Parts: sequence; structure tokens; C-alpha cells
Amino acid sequence: MTELKRTPLFEVYKENGGKTIDFGGWELPVQFSSIKEEHEAVRTRAGLFDVSHMGEVEVKGPDSLSYLQTMMTNDISKLKNGGAQYTAMCYENGGTVDDLLVYKLDDNHYLLVVNASNIEKDYKWLEEHLVGDVSIDNLSEKMAQLALQGPLAEKVLQKLVGETVLSEIGFFKFQQDMNISGKKALVSRTGYTGEDGFEVYCHADDAVDLWKVILEAGKEEGVLPCGLGARDTLRFESVLALYGQELSPDISPLEAGIGFAVKLNKEADFIGKEALITQKENGLARKLVGLEMIDRGIPRHGYPVYKEEELIGEVTTGTQSPTLKKNIGLALIKSEFSGLETEVEVEIRGKRLKAVVIPTPFYKREKK
Amino acid sequence: MSIPKELRYSEEHEWVKVEGENVRVGITDFAQHELGDIVFVELPEVGDEVTADEPFGSVESVKTVSELYAPISGKVVAVNEDLSDSPEFVNESPYEKAWMIEIEPSNSAEIDNLMTAEQYEEMTKEN
Repeated sequence: MTELKRTPLFEVYKENGGKTIDFGGWELPVQFSSIKEEHEAVRTRAGLFDVSHMGEVEVKGPDSLSYLQTMMTNDISKLKNGGAQYTAMCYENGGTVDDLLVYKLDDNHYLLVVNASNIEKDYKWLEEHLVGDVSIDNLSEKMAQLALQGPLAEKVLQKLVGETVLSEIGFFKFQQDMNISGKKALVSRTGYTGEDGFEVYCHADDAVDLWKVILEAGKEEGVLPCGLGARDTLRFESVLALYGQELSPDISPLEAGIGFAVKLNKEADFIGKEALITQKENGLARKLVGLEMIDRGIPRHGYPVYKEEELIGEVTTGTQSPTLKKNIGLALIKSEFSGLETEVEVEIRGKRLKAVVIPTPFYKREKK
Repeated sequence: MSIPKELRYSEEHEWVKVEGENVRVGITDFAQHELGDIVFVELPEVGDEVTADEPFGSVESVKTVSELYAPISGKVVAVNEDLSDSPEFVNESPYEKAWMIEIEPSNSAEIDNLMTAEQYEEMTKEN
């Protein structure tokens, strides 16, 4: 057994009642109070997450843009300073290396935010494909990340940022060197919950202070510390892909339903472009669909999906939706069965139980 | 953590309560606390046979599925139907409202092999 990695916030989990589990080699809190309560707090008020396990890679140099254009499926040239973009990196065969955020800090200066379990793999991949005058640096150990998510996130964070007007930061925009109660942080209006909210990137040494000061500021609004359990149910209801479930080396971003982050028309050739164009031209063999159980049972990751006697795919994520109180799942299945209202069967502990294809996302917040 | 004195306990965190000829079975306060919010309970049907240390059903929290293991062997004579609509009883009232099944034991001696409250408390402390 290798020792589990910990974030700078490990020491405060206990104070807040956090229960930790092994999450891909990291000792992280699955919940503080209860997944359902934390989930509801984020949907109706706000919740604070430690997501310091995420990886950060800095990209610098005059050829940064052309380099990133060859690595990323999305069109990085569309990014302006102070903007963030969701993208994927693919293998030549169109399978997914990772899904990530790209922040444009300045001309010739970017920050990539990658999945914790892929930090080493991604860094190696990026390093192997370096071209031109570009350097990369893995900042994951030095940086921490907090996510304050929910309809009251702005109100709570505003109390701590002095003259800065958070309402001026648009969706997928960010500000560097913001002063939050005396600590410097990069703050973006982004998240992984389907709610409004912010992601706060700070120095690892400042994480504990920021965690405490944000929770304190949000007391009145009922902000709860939240674990990865709620993070997973929140992102699932909003159908935000999770690497290792909806995305993998065997699943392309087109199949996983994140085609909006794949720009096949962009001029630059990116790794995997040809394979993805072929996939699109031939029609996708598999699609990610939403399923709702008709029979009693909860679909879970890895459960097989059948149409009569034919195995047509498997569940990528499933649970009882805390918001909708329905037993629902995402499944990657053969495209011919992906039409809405198609009846299929999910095998749960040896029993074939009926389910039906329903529209996604399962949950969408009402825009103000 | 509540561990009623009059019950017996299995290593898989089930409790057993003798009621006349039959025994009631559920999961412990410790177990429900470890599992978190229970959202689904799957139980056998009346008339089914269960075997000691073999799965007889499952409980699901938001996050995971856990098997329920029969603490003793016997025939299922009653099933708590309330749990299909109110799985949250497992969190709220693990020893009362959330009894799961009633078993007619095929060998009552199996009950004596289960842990006492003191022994179970000792075991949960070690974890």
C-alpha cells in the first residue's frame, strides 16, 4: 500500500466532521454532515469544497498558443486574457487523455487545471509533445483550490473581497491576484455542480485560512462544508462528465456528449482530430444517454445495459438523484437505442430491470 | 453510538432481536452511520430461506451499495415493507422502525454464537 496523498486542508476535515475515503490515491472527505444535506445546501444556498487535489500545470512561452492548439480539442485561440475554457485532450485514436480547464493568464501564459488522478499522465503527455519555445511547470503541489458553489456563493464571497465587484466577473471569466481577506487568489466563475459559484486558486499555505474565513463569512447564509459525495451527485444531475466514468482512453469526447468542447473546424491539427472527424462522418457508434429506472433499483457505474438479449452498453454513473428523488443514471450505449423513450434493461445484481431513455441534463438551474 | 444491551450482533454489523420463536434482524447504528443517507433497501420475500453469513439483500446509500449478510440461517416469515417507501428509517431508527426481516431460525444455537453488545462495542472500537 502506498501512502494516501493529502491536501493542505486535511487538518481541518476533522474539525468540520469530515469522513475521509481513498479517492484515487487521495485521502479526501466523502462527506461532512450528509451527502443529501450538502447537496441541498449547494442547490439552495451554497457549499464549500476542498478540491486541492486537482492538478495545475503552467504553460509559458511565445509558442504557447500554437502548442496548446495542437494538444486541445477546443479552440484556444478564442480565449481572451482573463477567460477560461473547458476542453479535452485526446489520443490519436480519439480516446480521451483528460478533460480540463484552460485559463488564459496573459499573452503566452496559460494555466491548465487537470483531474487529480491524471496529473502525472497529463504532464508526461504534455511534455512528450512540447514544440517550439514553450515551457511547462507542474504547480499542483504549490497550489490549493477551493470551490464555493451555490446561488448565494457570490453574496458570501463578496463580503471578503473589499472593493472587487464579483458580479462583474462573468461565467468562465476570472481575476488574478484578488485579495480575499488578505490572501492572494485567482478567482473564476466556474464550477462542477451546475450552480453559480466560484473556484478559488491560492497558495497551498493559505488554504486553511481561506477555508475558515469563507465558512465563517457564510455562516448566516447557511454555507456548509461539502465533500466529494455531494460533488459527485451535483455534477451528475447536471451531466458534467467525470473522467474515469463518462470519459476514458476508450471513450471519445464526442461519444461522451462533450462535442461542444471539440472544434473539428479549427484550423490547427490537434491530436486525435482525424479520428474524431472519422467518428463524426461515420456516425457515432455509441452515445451517452440519460436513463430513469422504471422498475425499483438504482443504476450504478459498470452495470450492463441490455435491449432484449443484446448487450448494448453500460452505466457510467448512477444514483438516486437527491434533487429529483429518482433513480437515474448515465449510460454509454449503442446509438441505435439512444432515442428518447426507448425502453432498455439494466442488470442489477443478476436481475434485468426496466429503464427508459430520458432527456439530459437531469437538472438545470433557473437562470436569473 | 447506540448499541442496545439486549440485542446480539454479527461481524457484518447486523443486529438480532429474539421475539418469541422468531428473530428480527436489522443493521446497527454504527453501520448506518458509516453508510450515510440510505436511499434504497432490497429485501427477500416471505418464505425465502436465508443462510448464515450469506447475503440476503442490500442497502444503498447515495454513494454505494452494501450487501446485507444473514446473521443466522432460517426462513423469512416477515419483511418490513415500510422500508421500500421510507429507506431513511434505517438512518433515523435502525433498531426500531428499520427492522428488516423476521427469521424463523433453523438452528437457534446460531444465535448464541453471535456477539453480545459488549463484544460488538469492542469490535467497533477496534475499527
